[in-house]
Amino acid sequence: MSELTLPTARQRPLDPPDEVTALRQQAPIHRMTYADGHQGWLVTGYAAARAVLAGPHFSNRPENNVHPPIRSARMEAAMRPELMRVPPGFFLRMDAPEHTRYRKLLTGQFTVRRMKMLEPRIQEITETCLDAMEAAGPPVDLVQEFALPIPSLVICELLGVPYEDRDRFQADSKLLVNLETKVDDAVAALGRVSAYLHGLIQRKRKEPADDLLSGLLESGELADDELTGVGVLLLIAGHETTANMLGLGTYALLTNPAQLAAMRDDPSVVENGVEELLRYLTIIHLGPIRTALEDVEIEGVTIKAGESVTIHLPAANRDASRFPDAERLDVTRPAGGHLTFGHGIHQCLGQQLARAEMRIAYPALLRRLPGLRLAVTPEEVPMRSDMTIYGVHRLPVTW
Amino acid sequence: MEIKADTTVCIGAGMCALTVPKVFDQSEDEGTVVVLQDKPPQELEEAVRRAVTLCPSGAISVV
Repeated sequence: MSELTLPTARQRPLDPPDEVTALRQQAPIHRMTYADGHQGWLVTGYAAARAVLAGPHFSNRPENNVHPPIRSARMEAAMRPELMRVPPGFFLRMDAPEHTRYRKLLTGQFTVRRMKMLEPRIQEITETCLDAMEAAGPPVDLVQEFALPIPSLVICELLGVPYEDRDRFQADSKLLVNLETKVDDAVAALGRVSAYLHGLIQRKRKEPADDLLSGLLESGELADDELTGVGVLLLIAGHETTANMLGLGTYALLTNPAQLAAMRDDPSVVENGVEELLRYLTIIHLGPIRTALEDVEIEGVTIKAGESVTIHLPAANRDASRFPDAERLDVTRPAGGHLTFGHGIHQCLGQQLARAEMRIAYPALLRRLPGLRLAVTPEEVPMRSDMTIYGVHRLPVTW
Repeated sequence: MEIKADTTVCIGAGMCALTVPKVFDQSEDEGTVVVLQDKPPQELEEAVRRAVTLCPSGAISVV
């Protein structure tokens, strides 16, 4: 039996656990014991991570992925499809060709061009949040005033979800990404978000508007329960991802002043700087996980049918064979090709939206408040080690 | 250089359109790859190769 279990304790808040880095330096793929005793794999190398994520013989379906890599109530719930039923349109947890149908209905809404058209509105939302933040502080919690409301307002507008209803899904969304959430609580939270969206879809059927959910309704391609699943996925994804990049990214810049100055003072750096922050911070820090449907060889290792593979994205994104001097945050390095949005058929649907939000929000914040600094010591900032998506719980700042 | 695109495997991630907008676009309805010039000028070849590597679904290739 393998001695290795997944190391999760970080020595420094922005670096993957040292044991994981040491593993990557030894080999790209490792035997690992899962929390239920399953003998599966841990991938730490960049090329191997890409190969698994793009491999057609690796499944992401809940019933094929039943081995939690770490002891976590929430993760164990996710691994028990008989308890935690995902709604019918939840295409993230489907394989091709079933996945393809849903994805193709949505990709037209998230193209590079569509996201460009949203930029003026994202700019407005960002300025409004900055006005409110200036009026409220200093000091303020940057997460509550800036990092969370910007992506929340944007995804709500895009989907056609009233932002005033946010109390009905923001807390549940957070529960669903908390590793400590018990099975019953996770099931209830998913049930509440699904019921909320189902009700909203009924209202939109009577009164359609110019938004994504209404558009999908009008297309007639999806049944109401499928549309509910799609809505749940997009709403949660829209809340738990960019918000953490904005919070953690600001923390990273505030603790690396030369990088902050480059992002603030040189507009030509921003586009690449966003990619570098995505690479360096890799907020998807536990997984993704896939399970082989048949024997597959990856980098000379045979992964047998039924074996689970945990892909350590933070390690893969620090692979020195792909990114020279990978341990350093450098907003001017060519950081394209990082795996933070994943790879293969499940690569993030909303990535161009996330890029647009970050390219606007970081420089807007840094230019509006040139004196921005932490209101506590860096060690006092609570990190989201207890969540499936990494970041900061709070970011007390002053200026 | 000649570009081949397979819209049946394309997942509309948009990496090609983001990387070389002069060569790649995305269709309005499905967001899948549209090749604007299948024989790109030499000065764009390197960027096209980068787009091929970045494509998550293997939908574009060059010969």
